[in-house]
Amino acid sequence: MHELDAEKARAIYYDLVRVRRIEEEIKKRYPLQEMRCPVHLSIGQESPAVAISHAINKTDYMMSGHRSHSHYLAKGGDLRKFICELYGRADGCSKGQGGSMHLIDLSVDFLGATSIVGGTVPIAVGAAFSSKLQNENRVTVSCIGDAVVEEGVFHESMNFAAVNDLPVIFFCENNFYSIYTPLPQRQPARPLTDLAKAHGVKAVSIDSSNVFKTYMMLDSLVAEARRDKKPLFLELFTYRYVEHCGPHEDDNLQYRPDSELEEWKAKEPILVAQNHLKEAGIWDQAWSDQIEKRIEEEIHEAFDYAINCPYPPIENLGSYTYAK
Amino acid sequence: MQNNTSTREITYIEAIREATYQVLESEPKSFLMGLGVSDPKGCFGTTTNLHESFPGRVFETPVSENTLTGVCLGSAITGLRPILVHLRIDFTMYAMDQMINNMAKWRSMFGGQVNVPMVVRMVIGMGWGQGNQHSQNLQSFFAHVPGIKVIVPATAYDMKGMLISAMKDNNPVIILEHRWLQFTKSIVPEEMYEVPIGKCNVLTEGSDITIVSWGQVLIETLKANEFLKENGVSAEIIDLRSLTPLDMPAIKRSVQKTGKLLVVDSSWKTGGFAGEIIARVCEDPDIMLDTMTQRLCYPDFPVPSSPGHANHYYIRSTHIFDKVSNMLEKELDKSGVLAQEEGRLLDAPDQNFIGPF
Repeated sequence: MHELDAEKARAIYYDLVRVRRIEEEIKKRYPLQEMRCPVHLSIGQESPAVAISHAINKTDYMMSGHRSHSHYLAKGGDLRKFICELYGRADGCSKGQGGSMHLIDLSVDFLGATSIVGGTVPIAVGAAFSSKLQNENRVTVSCIGDAVVEEGVFHESMNFAAVNDLPVIFFCENNFYSIYTPLPQRQPARPLTDLAKAHGVKAVSIDSSNVFKTYMMLDSLVAEARRDKKPLFLELFTYRYVEHCGPHEDDNLQYRPDSELEEWKAKEPILVAQNHLKEAGIWDQAWSDQIEKRIEEEIHEAFDYAINCPYPPIENLGSYTYAK
Repeated sequence: MQNNTSTREITYIEAIREATYQVLESEPKSFLMGLGVSDPKGCFGTTTNLHESFPGRVFETPVSENTLTGVCLGSAITGLRPILVHLRIDFTMYAMDQMINNMAKWRSMFGGQVNVPMVVRMVIGMGWGQGNQHSQNLQSFFAHVPGIKVIVPATAYDMKGMLISAMKDNNPVIILEHRWLQFTKSIVPEEMYEVPIGKCNVLTEGSDITIVSWGQVLIETLKANEFLKENGVSAEIIDLRSLTPLDMPAIKRSVQKTGKLLVVDSSWKTGGFAGEIIARVCEDPDIMLDTMTQRLCYPDFPVPSSPGHANHYYIRSTHIFDKVSNMLEKELDKSGVLAQEEGRLLDAPDQNFIGPF
């Protein structure tokens, strides 16, 4: 594993903080009832998205599911268009047709996120097949959660990718819950990676609390997948801070043990990242203040833009159903 | 569009294979996959040996209908033009998530930024004891969902032209191929040509009644019409060819002329596509209120397997003949149509068919 240079470390930290602050602003403004769509916030689990986005190339494909804000943003998806989409405005990344769960930014090869568990997994495999047939040197990252492995389509897709040697990375953020239902009530006590291994696919589990360490591991794993043109299954342990869907803390519901929550909050990714930078001698408080300010301005500008953006024209209604 | 100089007759199967070959040859971004495409039987002969001509672009797949659909979608949104083949429509129920939630919606839900040029071939059928799970006619399901085009070519000529049109279309197109039509022949030009999607075909002009049909039951309709003609009935027969987009203007023109509409569909009556056409006629303020509308569909229960029941389930030319006779309130001479059906077993397309599937 190579050393992390200061410039890269700062870029990763910047993205980590940026995703968090954007999500916090959505959380703050959501009760105003102006974002009239479900939101599945990634607060607490930004690290995997940021780490993988730095480990892949800009021209690599990425797809995601319902909790996709972090993936879209980390891959470089346009912030204004994202906020406009949450507000259902004309300039939304999906022209107001998608909402929070249907994000796309083709300019950064974020091919799309959809709302049904496992829905984009075979589509990502298809994108990887497309790269193979067209002799492109891309990998495709399929962002999934721990519940996706409970869907048949996951196994079909992994089988297809394995038998056809497709460079697709099944990037599984294991946050241990599907809505409120914990993993042990949904799956037997076996590592998720065993499922991939049964399909003949290399599988690695990573604790994503330290975004830099995660990045460095992913960097070499992605390079290997790209070189060998083979699928790869990655499990990233992470934790969701707020409710499954919506802006609230929901720990009063007592569906997660207190000790578990405390354990994860002790490994809070931004704090861990700050400590890592301090230990590496890269931390600079003035720089941190500066980026926080810059991010805040960017966020406010994006929300102002979205709030002032009109709804899509009525003439557009139904006009996207068929291509000419 | 038909090449008048061509006299070559080929089967529906050969037409599919020829169109697929020509598409694969002319469009390097196209590919063909499905269980059986390169096996010795080549999907009923529709894909035989194509893998030898197009290595890497014609290939076998795992038995994973849902994922195959998603893979085609993923490849279609990244520059390829896939053809996916399912040996039976019944198997595609596994793929409803990818077809309905993703394939049909992809363009819409991302604001028209990306097209989904993909073709899904599905075989529908009847008879030979295929029964409940190998011979359903589920066209109405797919026609219900916006974002998909559903086509039902009835002749080898239309099949070739519509498959080529489907491959040039920038939308997902589902082609429903009736197993029994695969044995039929028509004159098919050797060169590539297109038959437009969304345009029906008026096969015979008439003034007494409009009969709209498609697929295998269209053949029964044409048989019935031979005897209707002998009885002096002037029926206008429309081969719908596409369920979506639906060529309603052509149906309307015809119904305004004849004042009577019979729709013949090889699927269940409840919620079926025949009802859709009739409803559109009934709600059109330009069409006379006293227009008579009737439909002939399969009964609302699953298809039987026993050959002893086949003759009492499927739609035959006599049923169509009788229906028209009732609608016109005319006593017609049934002897011809009955004689033609004498001894006919409705569990096979013809006496040459000996199974096994």
